[in-house]
This record gives sequence, C-alpha cells and structure tokens, in this order.
Amino acid sequence: MISASVLKNDEKAIFRLRELYSKYGYSRYKVSKFEEYDLYAHNKSFLVSENVLTFTDTDGRLMALKPDVTLSIVKNIAANGNETQKLYYNENVYRTSPSADGFREIMQTGLECIGNIDDMAMCEVLLLAAKSLDVISEDNILDISHMGFLLGMIENAGLEGTDADKMIGFVEHKNLPAIRSLCEALSISKDATDALCALTSLYAPMEEVLERVEGMVKGEKMSEAYRELKCICDMLKSCGVGEKIYVDFSTVNDRTYYNGVTFKGFVKGLPDSVLSGGRYDTLMRKMGKSACAVGFAVYLDKLDRLSIDTKDYDVDVLLLYSEESDKLLTARTAEEQRALGHSVLCASGERTDIRYRKLMKICGREVVTLEAND
Amino acid sequence: MKQMINVALPKGRLGEKAYKVFEEAGYECPSIREENRKLIFENEEKGIRYFWVKPSDVVIYVERGAADIGIAGRDIILEYSPDIYELADLKMGKCRMAVACKKDFSDNRDRTLRVATKFPNIAKRYYNSQSREIDIIKLNGSIELAPILGLSDVIVDIVETGKTLYENDLEPRETIVDISARLVANKVSYKFKNKEITEMCEKISALIKE
Repeated sequence: MISASVLKNDEKAIFRLRELYSKYGYSRYKVSKFEEYDLYAHNKSFLVSENVLTFTDTDGRLMALKPDVTLSIVKNIAANGNETQKLYYNENVYRTSPSADGFREIMQTGLECIGNIDDMAMCEVLLLAAKSLDVISEDNILDISHMGFLLGMIENAGLEGTDADKMIGFVEHKNLPAIRSLCEALSISKDATDALCALTSLYAPMEEVLERVEGMVKGEKMSEAYRELKCICDMLKSCGVGEKIYVDFSTVNDRTYYNGVTFKGFVKGLPDSVLSGGRYDTLMRKMGKSACAVGFAVYLDKLDRLSIDTKDYDVDVLLLYSEESDKLLTARTAEEQRALGHSVLCASGERTDIRYRKLMKICGREVVTLEAND
Repeated sequence: MKQMINVALPKGRLGEKAYKVFEEAGYECPSIREENRKLIFENEEKGIRYFWVKPSDVVIYVERGAADIGIAGRDIILEYSPDIYELADLKMGKCRMAVACKKDFSDNRDRTLRVATKFPNIAKRYYNSQSREIDIIKLNGSIELAPILGLSDVIVDIVETGKTLYENDLEPRETIVDISARLVANKVSYKFKNKEITEMCEKISALIKE
C-alpha cells in the first residue's frame, strides 16, 4: 500500500478510477502509442486540438502519436450491435494546447461502452461519470445536456444548416442578445425565440429542469430526448448521486459526432471541465460501424492545478553524517527511522536547503538529535 | 459563508461606467474611489471584489477563472473567442467594427488587400467570408496612420463617431459588426456560484437602458 501523501493528484486519481471502472465490470483496453495518420486526417474536428504529431515509419507509412484514444478504440473494436463491450483506458496522448508551445504529453483516462446501448448501459456510464468526479473532488458538478433536445427545438423553430450552427454557437455561450437578434433576422416566431432563450438560460438541478421543460417538448426528437433524460434522472437518483447533477442545455458537443446525451464535469477550483463525454453514434456511422456508443474522458493533466496541501517539510528526518561518522551506524539509524514510518534523507556535510521535521547527526559513533520541530 | 464574486473591470471610461451600474445594482465598493495604488478592492459585506485590468485582458482573467465576472467589449470577445458565457449586453460603449480607408481609395479585387488592424482574427474572418486574399499588418495603436503613409490599403478598427477618420481624410466603409460591452462569466464559476451570479446578472440587466 502506498501512502497517499506520496502520490500526486493525478496519480491518485488514476488508481482510484481504475478501481472504480473495474468494479463495474469494465475491462482495460490497451492501445499502442502509434496509429496511422489517416485515421485522424479524416476525423480532424473530433480531436480537441487539430495538430497531430506525425513521423514516417520504417516502411514509409505516415504514422501519428495518438492525440486521442476513442478513435482508435472505435476503429479496432469488432462490435456488432448485439454484444455490448465495456472498456476503459489509461493512456498518454499527444496534443498541442493554445497556451503552450509545441506538443505535450497528457495522461488521459476514459471509458467507452460500445454495442447495444440501452437505457441501463447509458445510465451506467452517467453514473460512472458522476462517481469519477467524486473520486477527483467532493466539490463537483456534472452537467448533462441532450443534443436531441436542443436540435429538436432548433429544428422546430425552422433553423437549418449554417443558421442552426450559428444558433448552437450562441447557445453554447448563453448569449441571449445574439439569439434574439438571429431569430429576428430570420423572422422566427416570438414563442420559438422565447423558448430558445429560456432553454439557454436554464441552469438547475436535473429534476427541477425536467419539470420545467416538460411543457416545451414538441415533436419526436424532443420527446425521445426528454424520455432519456428522465430515465437518467430517475436512475441516478435511485443510485444516490442525484444531487450534484445539473442540466445545462448550453453544454454542447460537435454535432457531427455526438447525437444523444452529452455531459461535462467540473470541480471547484479548476476553471475548465475535467470530464467530457457523450453519446456518439454519429461517429460510429462515419467510421462504418453499426453499433452505438457512449463514453467519456477524464483530463487528468488538469488536476495539477487543483490545490493540494502544501508541505511544510521536504522530509521528516534529515540525517547528517561526515567522514568521521560510523557508516554502519548511519545506515542502521536511517533504517530504524524509516521503520517508524518517517522519510529519511541522508546527506553529508551541512545542508541548509532542506526543510526537515527533525535534524539528526552522526558524530563518530554517536547519534545526536540536534533539532526536533514536532 | 457568502461566496465572493471576483469582477474584472476594464481600465478606462467603459470600466468606470460599468462600475456605476454595479454600484447602482447594490454592489458598491467605496474604496474603489480612493486615490491610491491598490490593485484590488473588496466589499466583504456585499461579497464582491473588483480589480482593474487592461481591457483586452478581461476575457483572459475570466476564461481562466481568476475573475468570475468581467466586462468586456464585443470586439475583444470576437477577437479572442474565449470559452466563456456572454450573459448580458450592457448596451454601453457602443461602437462598430468597420473597414476604413482613404476617401479616394477604390478597391481592386485583382490585388491582395493590405489590412492594418489591432484585430487580426476579426479581419481574417471577415475577408475569409468574402473569399478575399489579404495581407494582415498587425499594429498596436495609431491604426489610422497606416493608410495615410501607404502602409496598408485599408484598416479594420473600432469606429465610434468617425471623427478621427474624417479629420485625417479617411472614411468608414463597410461595418463588420456592432460592438457594445458585455457581461461575461467564467463557465465553471457560473456553476459553482450560480445563485450569486444569476442574481447579480438579473439586477444588472434590470438597470440596462437602451
């Protein structure tokens, strides 16, 4: 057992998440570091950053260091739509970020559920998303949205093509003035405009939102979406994780890949989402697979910013020795201290750069405790 | 415990005008009026903390969560496309982003257009949508000089009254987009401080005049 104080936030999270996912019967899916570049060239907009680190393999093929794991899993999996495969991964991916120069290696964990996605399977993924956030921090929120609900409403309002894309962009930024002016420009009815604005500004716990939007449901797309959301809500509540689940219809993902429920997770203290996922049947179709899929990724690299207890000491015990010190005694003393559970740094000469709880010195054949700051 | 809301205000006239709206909405912070070199002003009782930053930096503070709320011009939002919520239009600091050039300039689509601007992304997007090839010259100030000295053919800049332009033998041509100040919020703060932020947003929206 490793003491928790040694591990960093992201390392702790990796192990706990692994434990969590295997508890739910998900099996680890290992992918190789490299993938043929072609895969990403065809699905560039699915990637968080479009840049891919490429190199030429010995046989002349253009290869890439993985910028994403989901695409590889989807490509390689032999799902036929009947048997559902539950997988999780824990891999390094290579991406650029707008704020950093060049590529970075990022540790990512996530899970995918591919095959016949029924209500049970979908709710389980949402439940795991909620539990993953709990692993990272108590103070968390999971925002759920449904592409079908928003797209249904946009369709009902009569928006199509680029106008619909524009509208989705405004909804994403909760930009009500822009929504109103776009509706005005396209002479969309006042009722439809108001409904879109209401949907955009809505932000409340899941149950409350579902009550409030029930009256807005119109058409098949929206009613199916509503039914799914209701089912998720009931299921999560019965599993006891309902409180921190909010509905925010401005949580949207690229609609060329995602179709059904989408979600993002946040923890207090981080300015950005740490978890993101959704239902991506559309991506599956694009890649020629008949199965359905839902999954999410946890961005472990962001946990670096999460406040951790700043340590007052570098080590518990600083053990100083010199040329005259008895070497065997030094080693023995250090081992004794370690057996007591202390961390011990052995150093020769005087050291002023290390913060310690206790300062010990071996003078000849004698152990002297010079300082103890307990 | 009441959660503090951090507000990034843009230095200058717009920020002062915006602060007055906050003050009127009940989020006053008297110490902000004192003449000193302090950077941060706090009113613990009202749960609010203000700080002045360079106008173009407001969205950075908000996007990265150092500020929960900010006041930013639509020009800045369009230029940097930050991942934030745009909660309200304050209808102040109104102006427009426009293309301007020398009065006698006639555009020739045969040539690459040289565009001087402080807003390269907005300019690129605008000319891209017209499939126009351009050469961007990024300047940080005194944009009006560029066409006069022949550095560029046109400029893309903020036009309020157009007075500076006319006085220098320039004139505004096409309007790219109308600009006004927006109340923006960090996406995660909006979730964790939802009650406080929505309340503030409502109070402020109620005070906005056309």
